[in-house]
Amino acid sequence: MTTAVADAHAAEDHDDHGPTKGYKRWLFSTNHKDIGTMYLIFSLVMFFVGGAMAMVIRSELAVPGLQFVHPEFFNSMTTMHALIMVFGAVMPAFVGLANWMIPLMIGAPDMALPRMNNWSFWILPVAFGILLSTLLMPGGAPAGGWTMYPPLILQTGDAFPFLIFSVHLMGISSIMGSINVIVTIINMRAPDMTLLKMPMFVWTWLITAYLLIAVMPVLAGAVTMLLTDQFFGTSFFLAAGGGDPVMFQHIFWFFGHPEVYIMILPAFGVVSEIIPTFSRKKLFGHDSMVYAASCIAFLSFIVWAHHMFTVGMPLTGQLFFMFATMLIAVPTGVKIFNWVATMWRGAMTFETPMLFSLAFVFLFTIGGFSGLMLAIQPADVQYHDTYFVVAHFHYVLVPGSVFAIMAGAYYWLPKWTGHMYNENLGKLHFWASTIFVNVTFFPQHFLGLAGMPRRIPDYSVQFADFNLVSSIGAIGFGLSQLLFVAVLLTAKRGEKATDRVWEGSHGLEWTVPSPAPWHTFTTPPKARIANESFE
Amino acid sequence: MNSEQQKSENRSLVGHLLILTAAMFGFGFALVPLYDVFCEITGFGGRTNTESVAVEEAPDLSREIRVEFVTTVNSYAPFEFDADLNSMTVHPGKMYFATFTARNMTENDKVAQAVPSVAPVAAAEHFVKIECFCFNSQEFAGNEEKAMPLQFIVDPDLPDYVDTITLQYTFFDTASVASNN
Repeated sequence: MTTAVADAHAAEDHDDHGPTKGYKRWLFSTNHKDIGTMYLIFSLVMFFVGGAMAMVIRSELAVPGLQFVHPEFFNSMTTMHALIMVFGAVMPAFVGLANWMIPLMIGAPDMALPRMNNWSFWILPVAFGILLSTLLMPGGAPAGGWTMYPPLILQTGDAFPFLIFSVHLMGISSIMGSINVIVTIINMRAPDMTLLKMPMFVWTWLITAYLLIAVMPVLAGAVTMLLTDQFFGTSFFLAAGGGDPVMFQHIFWFFGHPEVYIMILPAFGVVSEIIPTFSRKKLFGHDSMVYAASCIAFLSFIVWAHHMFTVGMPLTGQLFFMFATMLIAVPTGVKIFNWVATMWRGAMTFETPMLFSLAFVFLFTIGGFSGLMLAIQPADVQYHDTYFVVAHFHYVLVPGSVFAIMAGAYYWLPKWTGHMYNENLGKLHFWASTIFVNVTFFPQHFLGLAGMPRRIPDYSVQFADFNLVSSIGAIGFGLSQLLFVAVLLTAKRGEKATDRVWEGSHGLEWTVPSPAPWHTFTTPPKARIANESFE
Repeated sequence: MNSEQQKSENRSLVGHLLILTAAMFGFGFALVPLYDVFCEITGFGGRTNTESVAVEEAPDLSREIRVEFVTTVNSYAPFEFDADLNSMTVHPGKMYFATFTARNMTENDKVAQAVPSVAPVAAAEHFVKIECFCFNSQEFAGNEEKAMPLQFIVDPDLPDYVDTITLQYTFFDTASVASNN
């Protein structure tokens, strides 16, 4: 460890080209740390934009009847909230973590394709600028749901081509980011870091990047078909011309199901870094974690039709998709039990990153179980398009993906800023988030089982009480996130962080100084050193 | 590893990944014909024959199947469209006739297309249309009313558990679909 730090210091001392000053540093940046920071800030901004839309939705649903917004605008809010949270908040946050941490974790000086890295970031603000501008267009923002099912989505007003174009741009950005991640991981690892010695976060990102390359082009194809159906006289999805609207659902969910694993696999990776650190043990079953993640990735391609059990399907199809879906519980269970086994008899402490990770393990499992309930085809006919589905995917995405991102941000923040964040504020943020996220989403299970349909701005009075509870929770969760902003604003006031930051930390990223200098690992380190630093 | 070697390795890996990206974009479009073949083989999505087929079967008079007709006019299409009989009871293997009536509600000439769908899915391939107004698009003069024939046979191989078949037609104004494009 000491030699690596000395090397890093020596490299830094000879390094006289620091960042350029002013806006050019960011606009023309090819530095993985700067681009990672931009990704993370962008995703936080989008998190608040999408969150504001969620506040509109929950305010409208607080009591029965229509109170604040027109139903059309409500539909726009649900559609835009989903698109922004999926493509603008969760995915860029993980790309940001990948940019910052992958080169540090594998001992590479930067990402393999730094200029493409710059492009893949700067396309995003353009894509979301276009998407958000549709709010001001005649006919309003897209309101047909983020799944963009035809023929409904073809009734979107002037916003339609802008929606398609922005989805194309998001796809291009993701694909460029993925190519960069794969090339970096495959070609730029430290000399004696073999594939199976890579940290779990790097592994999960490698798998995620391949998933992205496999499915984002399929989404691009599907939305291109929507575009040509609308403007160029094709009939891919128009029944009158011989097409089939149900085919869109098949193509969309062929993308859509791997997409949900794209949003959770890096979260598994982050948690697999944090739990060993604060348990002061090695990750239990590292290799089985790798195989489990690969299994999940493979299975994600053969389960898509469980999103559309109600469209009418032969019995054999229903059975196949039901059992294939349930099979995913096996590798996911391997991961959950490995995390528990990592903690078993560990010397555990409960700093904010660990708290978020523990909540992740527990609450993600709740979301996983409700997913298994939805996988039961005969039951799904009842649950389909109800609030039970909303509760399910919010449990896996909010206390799942978002909590993992928060955990990662707290875990690596001292490495980024060089100072310890305010631990009390962090813990307050954790407890407020955890309590309110459950107040928000747990009652939605009951609403769904009682039959409340999703995506409707009004509801029958029998659903009133649980909806009010859920809305109070949502406002509370939204406000709690301001505490995270407070943590970030005060991040540099804390005591100076050591290189190692956490007592139980292990891996190459903890061998460089805190804050990580602008250039790191200009000469490759020995992976052995990182392993020794743990043992 | 020197930087030249690194660059060429990066370039070749990027090349492979770009090829994979392009292939998956193509795969998205390849799903369109694949889906058609899949639906025709399995009856997935309630798809039935849209071209005439000849069938000769011995009628199975011991079995009765209820055939229900459902008609829908696609949004804003200016037509009235109804089945003359809401349902009929049929024997498998015997040929039956049904008529549907449609009226153009406008002064202008219109072209319409009926698109069929059969439920349950297991019955789709066993509901055989010999002659159907849905095989071709239908032309209507202003305010014209037309009786349109359907000639069908239920295949005796229909699974035992099916006792009711629902035939659903959606009536599309193809001219407005075209102008919408």
